[in-house]
Amino acid sequence: MSVDQQNPHKPGPGTAASTGTGHAHGDLAHADHGHELPFWRKYIFSVDHKVIGIQYAVTALLFLFFGFCLMMVMRWQLAYPGRALPFFARFFSENVMPGGVMAPEFYNQLGAMHGTIMVFLGVVPLAVGGFGNFVMPLQIGAPDMAFPRLNLLSYWVFVPGGIIMLASFGMQGGAAQSGWTSYPPLSVIASGGQTAWLIGMVCLITSSLLGSINFIVTIVQMRAKGMTFWRLPFFVHAQLVTSFLLLLAFPPLEAAGILQLMDRLAGTSFFLPTGLVVSGEALKVAGGGSPLLWQHLFWFLAHPEVYVLILPAIGIVAEVLANNTRKPLWGYRLLVYSIVFLGFMSFLVWAHHMFMTGMGTTMSTFFQTTTMIISIPSVIVVTCFLMSLYGGNIRFTVPMLFATAFLPMFAIGGLTGLPLGLTASDIYLHDTFYVIGHFHYVVAPGTLFALFAGIYYWYPKATGRMMNATLGKIHFWWSFVSINFVFMPMFFQGMAGLSRRLYDPTIYAHGRGVQPLNVIISWAAWSLGLAQLPFIINFFMSLKNGTKIAENPWNATTLEWSAPSPPGHGNFLTEPVVYREPYEYSVPGAKQDFSPQFVEEA
Amino acid sequence: MDETKYGWWLPMDVSVHGHLIDQLISVVHWFMLLLFVGWGIFFVYCLIHFRAREGHKALHMPIKGVFTKYIEVGVIVVEVFVLFGLSTPVWFAYKNHPPAEKDAVTIKLVAEQFAWNFHYAGKDGKFGRTDSSLMSGDNPLGLDPDDPAGKDDIVTVNQMHFPVHKPVIVEITSKDVIHSFNIPVLRVKQDTIPGQRIPVWFEATEPGHFELACAQLCGLGHYRMRADVLIDTPEDYAKWEAENTPPPAEAPAAEAPAAAAPDPTPAPAPKAAPDKK
Repeated sequence: MSVDQQNPHKPGPGTAASTGTGHAHGDLAHADHGHELPFWRKYIFSVDHKVIGIQYAVTALLFLFFGFCLMMVMRWQLAYPGRALPFFARFFSENVMPGGVMAPEFYNQLGAMHGTIMVFLGVVPLAVGGFGNFVMPLQIGAPDMAFPRLNLLSYWVFVPGGIIMLASFGMQGGAAQSGWTSYPPLSVIASGGQTAWLIGMVCLITSSLLGSINFIVTIVQMRAKGMTFWRLPFFVHAQLVTSFLLLLAFPPLEAAGILQLMDRLAGTSFFLPTGLVVSGEALKVAGGGSPLLWQHLFWFLAHPEVYVLILPAIGIVAEVLANNTRKPLWGYRLLVYSIVFLGFMSFLVWAHHMFMTGMGTTMSTFFQTTTMIISIPSVIVVTCFLMSLYGGNIRFTVPMLFATAFLPMFAIGGLTGLPLGLTASDIYLHDTFYVIGHFHYVVAPGTLFALFAGIYYWYPKATGRMMNATLGKIHFWWSFVSINFVFMPMFFQGMAGLSRRLYDPTIYAHGRGVQPLNVIISWAAWSLGLAQLPFIINFFMSLKNGTKIAENPWNATTLEWSAPSPPGHGNFLTEPVVYREPYEYSVPGAKQDFSPQFVEEA
Repeated sequence: MDETKYGWWLPMDVSVHGHLIDQLISVVHWFMLLLFVGWGIFFVYCLIHFRAREGHKALHMPIKGVFTKYIEVGVIVVEVFVLFGLSTPVWFAYKNHPPAEKDAVTIKLVAEQFAWNFHYAGKDGKFGRTDSSLMSGDNPLGLDPDDPAGKDDIVTVNQMHFPVHKPVIVEITSKDVIHSFNIPVLRVKQDTIPGQRIPVWFEATEPGHFELACAQLCGLGHYRMRADVLIDTPEDYAKWEAENTPPPAEAPAAEAPAAAAPDPTPAPAPKAAPDKK
């Protein structure tokens, strides 16, 4: 049976979105094919967006945990430089931990791979591949993605990318060790792991490109009847902007990755200048290239990438906030305009990562000005969310706890970007731990907390069962306290002038001054690791023991809650029709405090 | 080294321009704190006052956005002020006005994995010719032994001497990968890019013994790519210069003289060739 037969409701070209494409095929498709699919077609090489979404999410969670483990190992060396790692050292070879003490090159490998894994194999696949795939078609009332086989391909290009990254640890010379930024010439003269890194990145980028085009077409073409753009849940808007960022920003990095691969393998010199002398010997290359070219190409992706990390998170927080404040999102249209503007501006700020490369006043003034401009829509987002709380009837469910915590955490992350975006203060703060504190506040207690909110919020939709609230609350409070002890001290270390990426910070007098903070951070990081146990237990136990729920356990208004939990193949039992805006909670005169999009009479 | 200079906030500042950077950092942080505390009060108030409870109901459209417009406008005004009132002028004044070369001490710096090579012109004020094809473990800068201008040049490894109260221009480059020239107490940072020679300048306000740290990941020895920064009184500097100038009779001139010359300050590690592993 062909894949198309499984998706008979795929729209023909030119299907007007407003006429609706989600014909009532859900039950039909189910009856026709659902039970015929062999296991591997249903769960491994599935074309169903929900299965692919869950595959992405679970894979990404595993990578996130692995990436975090790398950091927990590094934190031992940072807290107790040069001391043998107790107990866990037995899991590492003598090459990387001679006598149980971490080797500097292994430290650099862990650092580079922590960044790469968290960003490209963890957060993006979870936020876009996981939540985007699972939730977005349900929210717009589509039976599946526009290109289900492309979706399948996207996941199965992502997996080898991840495997190549992991496998590179076993290579001669270990994994990539030039930072997740991979600046040449260092990355070009580095050991073989860098080649694996580049090939892995090419896979991951290809995967993201396939996904992004699919998302855009799906959102534009496959919306249910009545689902106008101004009735889309905010999460869908966030995914749409994110997809454009991926589509436009990733190709330069893919090209740059291949150029760097050529520099390493084919003897080209795109990024190597003339006259390099490495370890006392002239490097036998043609020369004439520019190391800064890589930085431009890299940051042209990597700054929009920051918004790829944060926009889906903002989308999730918006959903959870509206649902748990029991009132419409404040400034819904303003929020949409803000993130569109944010997405556009994110292409014009990249060189603020490069103020210290010898930039002149004209260039640096341009980029610090665009950087200040981009902070305005971010402030609007935070303000809108805060205003959404006002006048609410706030239920502190587990997803809401994470979404609530997102606000101050994201605010700290955003605000601390200001002194880094201003050229003069960046002279001092550039490449210090202040930077580490800043962007981790955005992506760890920011984005990751939002993603946890999303997991607790949509888990019932995906499985038909609730997660345990007590374990969820333990997970939240333990993580919340720990994570602040991890990242807050980093601002003080950075202020003291401590550089990032140092294997042994106590080499420097200004590092010895803030070394006690490293001990605090490390213990907090390990505590944060343990804090994930309640989540892991909850995640698996609830599959079997969670309270069974009907379609709409949170009394929510958006379309995904009209489908069965879990939705069958084709998603909806009847063709969804949208009657109103997405967050009509507590409408005066209504019978109950929520008026779903899919119910005609509220 | 005196560790009391370093705490949990900005270390002491011994540069002429640094207080402007510190001022900007402090203004921006007060602004951040104000905004965060303001938001935080509103946030906590909402969480407590609008919590779900018996008999409490949400309001569909409780407020219009006048209040938030004030916040937005306020944020924009402060940012414009910080941007064009503080940051840009500081950067402009610092980056666009190099000291006159005749009044300044000029040092050429060549970074490598994992050492800092400093090149002083010596008594004649002229730098000897360098060529990357001459670089070797004994001649890290590739000084041309046949160039008379280079006979009295001083080359040091991981030790940077310069006088207090006098502008210093450092022309920095790298022979292998990107490093970053970072002296926290002087509020100076500049990436060293192979293939480019980029000048940085500063003027110290007091003598002392400080550190130069590499701020850009440059390989397995990045963490120990450290140099001593010795800000001398004019007398001490002249004395150091005299003691370290290679004796004219002795050839070859390109031998690393700093290693041979008596120097009171301890070098962190005996270094001639870059570390290999």
